[in-house]
Amino acid sequence: MDRFRRFLVSDHAAGWAFILPSVVLILVFGIAPIVWGLILSFQEAGLISPEREWVGLDNYVRIASDPKVRQAAINTIYYTVLFVPTSILAALFVAQALNRRIAFVRFYRLAVFIPVVTSTIATGIMFLWLFDRNYGLANWLLGKIGLGPFGFFEDPDQAMIALVLMTVWGWLGFDTIIYLAALQGVPQELTEAAAIDGAGRWSSFWRVTWPMLGPATLLLVVWSTISAIQLFDEVFFVTKGGPLGRTSVVVFYVYRLAFEQGLGALSLAGYAAAIAYVLFLVILVLTLAQFWLGNRIIHYPS
Amino acid sequence: MVERPRRRLLPFDPWHLFLAPLSLLMLLPMVWMVVTSLETEAQTFHFPPILWPGTLRFENYLTVIRGSAFGTWFWNTTVVTVAIVLSNLVLCTLASYAFARIRFLGRGVVYLLLLATLMVPIQVVLIPTFLIVKELGLLDHLGALIVPHLASVFGIFMLTQFFRTLPVELEEAARIDGASRLSILLRIVVPLSLPALATLAVIQFMWTWNEFLWPLVTILTNQDAFTLQLGLATFQGSHQTQWHFVAAANIMSMLPMLILFLVAQRYFVRGIATQGLKG
Repeated sequence: MDRFRRFLVSDHAAGWAFILPSVVLILVFGIAPIVWGLILSFQEAGLISPEREWVGLDNYVRIASDPKVRQAAINTIYYTVLFVPTSILAALFVAQALNRRIAFVRFYRLAVFIPVVTSTIATGIMFLWLFDRNYGLANWLLGKIGLGPFGFFEDPDQAMIALVLMTVWGWLGFDTIIYLAALQGVPQELTEAAAIDGAGRWSSFWRVTWPMLGPATLLLVVWSTISAIQLFDEVFFVTKGGPLGRTSVVVFYVYRLAFEQGLGALSLAGYAAAIAYVLFLVILVLTLAQFWLGNRIIHYPS
Repeated sequence: MVERPRRRLLPFDPWHLFLAPLSLLMLLPMVWMVVTSLETEAQTFHFPPILWPGTLRFENYLTVIRGSAFGTWFWNTTVVTVAIVLSNLVLCTLASYAFARIRFLGRGVVYLLLLATLMVPIQVVLIPTFLIVKELGLLDHLGALIVPHLASVFGIFMLTQFFRTLPVELEEAARIDGASRLSILLRIVVPLSLPALATLAVIQFMWTWNEFLWPLVTILTNQDAFTLQLGLATFQGSHQTQWHFVAAANIMSMLPMLILFLVAQRYFVRGIATQGLKG
């Protein structure tokens, strides 16, 4: 009894009492699902019926020969390859422009940052209207300079590019904030010293500033790749995977398999879980590779 | 070395030539939404687009509020968001204080285990979390949206990092005076951490207010439990040719988030710049 009382006033009891509510919640809704997801991927299971049958590696084998997985993977890669460099290069330039004391710079920053807090659905509605084939402002403006008219989300060849434009608009502020923070960490003496040594603006940027932005760039590459591979909301709401399945990305396919087959009655939750796990593995390997490669290139200021 | 005075071709900084059009481009989708929301249906279906409707039809907003469940969606989203933000502030503060300051058995292992979950993408846990919520009988209920997010690893990580930067001397002095851990946390640590707590609050607010996938999966048929994003998505689907109404609903759904952003911009920026996070 005495030992128990001593335990109650000890740091061990206090520590656990403080973390217990959070830990229980995260255990149930964060950690248990990771394990259950893995188990599901070895089962044939639905969402509604409690029947679950062990099928070993069948789900994983099936992935390799599923043409829809292949198409979704191609679409996902296409989106990622377009989105990651576009958004990061645009942000790099915009951050350079915003990182100076000129009039209205607070307004300019506000304009660039605002899309960050706009929801995917709100963004989707705005771009569906802006990119409307017949009445959209975009076709009118582009028509003024002799381009178009474009089908945008309704055109199989343009839908993915329209999605990239929309998501770059949504992400630009986020990437710019990261770059601005990094730029403010570049000591002015360095760029001034380069100027004294006769370096022009261009070479001063590439020789002095750009190397200092290495860690921020790596963070953005990793982060943008992860979120590009997981693209879902935009596709679900704006293009619904179409037209002709040209924007059906992997997570969208996973969602449809698990939740939309006969409103869940014919759900292929086990198979969907297997695809999700493979995707997780791909993301993990890609992230590690990017960090490994990045750390070989980047010079970290000591 | 004497710097050569740069010849000025323009009476203003040349970067304005890039930044001003860029700002217009970034604001254009939103401005165009506002204009559309004040037009008549006939005006929205006019090409070339009518850039200024003449009389502003604010009654479009009233029509949306009266003719849809917008009020319910707005209320539900507010309840869910406030509950999650408050709960995260309390639970994450408690846990983070323990992780940062108290030495207890298993501290390192538990902390690492929590952090590891940050790496797992949502689609991996989506199906099993759905099944867990279903087992708990929460499907189609606001509880399904609230309970799983009452505490977040992100919040614990952020606050733990912050608490570790606070000087420990003040707390030690209070401890010698016999103050309990809870009162130290409330009287000393929390007042010093208000900026970090504000950052956590606004980021969590943004995530919850804008969340779409989780409500989409767990609120199946019960329209009384629809959130703004769900309601907005279905509203757009059922009013596809009434862009003036869709635009009005959209503007109203964004308003709280925009106001919060204007008021607390520096906390958003700090949250993103230091943690590198977006939902």
